[in-house]
Amino acid sequence: MSRTLFEKLWDAHVVTQSEAQPTLLYIDLHLVHEVTSPQAFEGLRVAERRVRRPHHTVATVDHNVPTTDRNLPIADPVGAKQIDTLRQNCRDFGIQLFDIDSADQGIVHVIGPELGLTQPGMTIVCGDSHTSTHGAFGTLAFGIGTSEVEHVLATQCLPQNKPRMMLVEVNGSLAEGVTAKDLALGIIGQIGTAGGTGYAIEYAGEAVRALSIEGRMTLCNMSIEAGARAGMIAPDEKTFAYLQGRRFAPKGEAWNKAVAYWQTLRSDSDAEFDLTVRLDASALEPHVTWGTSPGMVVPVTGCVPDPAASKNEADRLASSRALEYMALTPRTRIQDIQIDRVFIGSCTNARLEDLRAAARVVKGYRIGNAVRAMVVPGSQAVKRAAEAEGLDRIFRESGFEWREAGCSMCLGMNADTLEPSERCASTSNRNFEGRQGRGGRTHLVSPMMAAAAAITGHFIDVREWKFK
Amino acid sequence: MKPFRSHTGMVVPLDRANVDTDQIIPKQFLKRIERTGFGEFLFYDWRFQADGKPSESFVLNEPRYRGASILVTGKNFGCGSSREHAPWALADYGFRAIIAPSFADIFANNCMKNGLLPVTLPEPQVSAILERARSSERYELTVDLDGRSVSDKAGLSAPFVIDDFQRRCLMEGLDDIGLTLLHESEITAYEQRRLQMSV
Repeated sequence: MSRTLFEKLWDAHVVTQSEAQPTLLYIDLHLVHEVTSPQAFEGLRVAERRVRRPHHTVATVDHNVPTTDRNLPIADPVGAKQIDTLRQNCRDFGIQLFDIDSADQGIVHVIGPELGLTQPGMTIVCGDSHTSTHGAFGTLAFGIGTSEVEHVLATQCLPQNKPRMMLVEVNGSLAEGVTAKDLALGIIGQIGTAGGTGYAIEYAGEAVRALSIEGRMTLCNMSIEAGARAGMIAPDEKTFAYLQGRRFAPKGEAWNKAVAYWQTLRSDSDAEFDLTVRLDASALEPHVTWGTSPGMVVPVTGCVPDPAASKNEADRLASSRALEYMALTPRTRIQDIQIDRVFIGSCTNARLEDLRAAARVVKGYRIGNAVRAMVVPGSQAVKRAAEAEGLDRIFRESGFEWREAGCSMCLGMNADTLEPSERCASTSNRNFEGRQGRGGRTHLVSPMMAAAAAITGHFIDVREWKFK
Repeated sequence: MKPFRSHTGMVVPLDRANVDTDQIIPKQFLKRIERTGFGEFLFYDWRFQADGKPSESFVLNEPRYRGASILVTGKNFGCGSSREHAPWALADYGFRAIIAPSFADIFANNCMKNGLLPVTLPEPQVSAILERARSSERYELTVDLDGRSVSDKAGLSAPFVIDDFQRRCLMEGLDDIGLTLLHESEITAYEQRRLQMSV
């Protein structure tokens, strides 16, 4: 019988199933960070349970770590305690931790693939909604809450109801200056922030195949912004080439065997989906969000919409409220919006390719006089690689701050936040009210678009950029 | 987990769509390592002004809704971050049930693990409840998980759908980790199968 990629992944991980209960799924890789795990470990202690498979569990610190000098102690005592708690938990339960001083520390969704921990065919969970990132490798990867973190620690399994399946097929090719981020925002603009609720999405089509592995991660990363817990792409030669030789990837004969299996991980040609959405990549422009939800997005050549033109009363209220928060007037041209801050970082867009793309725009220019801009690499490895290519110099010379790795201003749990009413061009994934700091105003864009905005002080169509 | 069978309580209307978990519990409160005590930070940026004084116009601060235990709200409630701190904050504040036209997946799942019942009703019924909660003083609803229905004293009776297994877990306050551990032999068998495949 023909099956989708999702069904193949699901079927391979069924531990037990019966009529009256959710399916018990086996979890191959559990990624852990400091913010959503302390209560889970505490739960284990209270119930006198152990971690069933410590070797399937890997931890790092990313959400609340400072991105300034790592030789200094952490100034925030509450944040420091949370990090200490993770250290203690990893020691007590025998879990590998890539700590703040580790050369492998970084955003959990950046280091998983980088270290070769993430491999096609796996089930991967983490107490973080952007776990969908790992779907770029043909994995079933999704975010879970802390109770489920505890469940996986104790049992290496999760009871799950099967989601429905959505195929997002993108044909045509992306124009120069239009990136995976714009594709993700374009999809969310089309299906809405709840369009994927209850679904696992598979991205396919020639534009998706043409994406680099890093671009695929950006696309899968934002599945949750469309409401879908999981997004995935069938692995191919690019996937295998990316993984070969990475530290935790299979070696020798095991590699050949793994690749043979991975090659079977694709939806059969006549497999059926519950819903299919089609997009034409050639028609896509760079995108910029204007509101307080990722679905409030328009092409860079567009204008801030007029709530009066909303489909219904609920949408009109939501748009009006968003415009009030964002301090924007209907029908303002996107390219007339002035910005104060630029953030290049996050699990969406802080990999080497993202930094290269941004540096290419920035090279030879100075950031706007009134702009404060920072680059936060996704991991220490990304930072080192970028420095080896001299990207840090390009950014610094143009006026950007060059920081240590972490989630940083994507969610502003550390000291990297917007001040009230500051407007930011951000390569992160959420433009919610207050997400980057109370009263802060976030516009989501690609790394190239953020870089160009840093230079000009307002949004600009990066397709027209004069590279130096 | 605190069992949930039936609950009668006052309703507070939060007429907004796409309320994300960053609003329910802002990030500055996620550094705590406990499960308890999040209620005072619920909807913090909406409930409090920048100087820490209560925002009087925010619905939860209206004296008439003090003591409400049922939140009725717009579609896609709980979208965004997977932080379970969101249901912890709602439950700690005193909510037992949330009624909305739709919920984000991870959030709804997290609620169920904490004895907090997400009830999905069609949009017109949610609108009717929002209106009643605004127009009548101390408007109360009964959320009956056993009978899978929401009702009030003025004749509203709305059935809702919920997964049978999750319903049973909530009603009996079951420890679902304990339930999974009952399958220890199947888990071990699965692990051995996988090990043999990879040799």
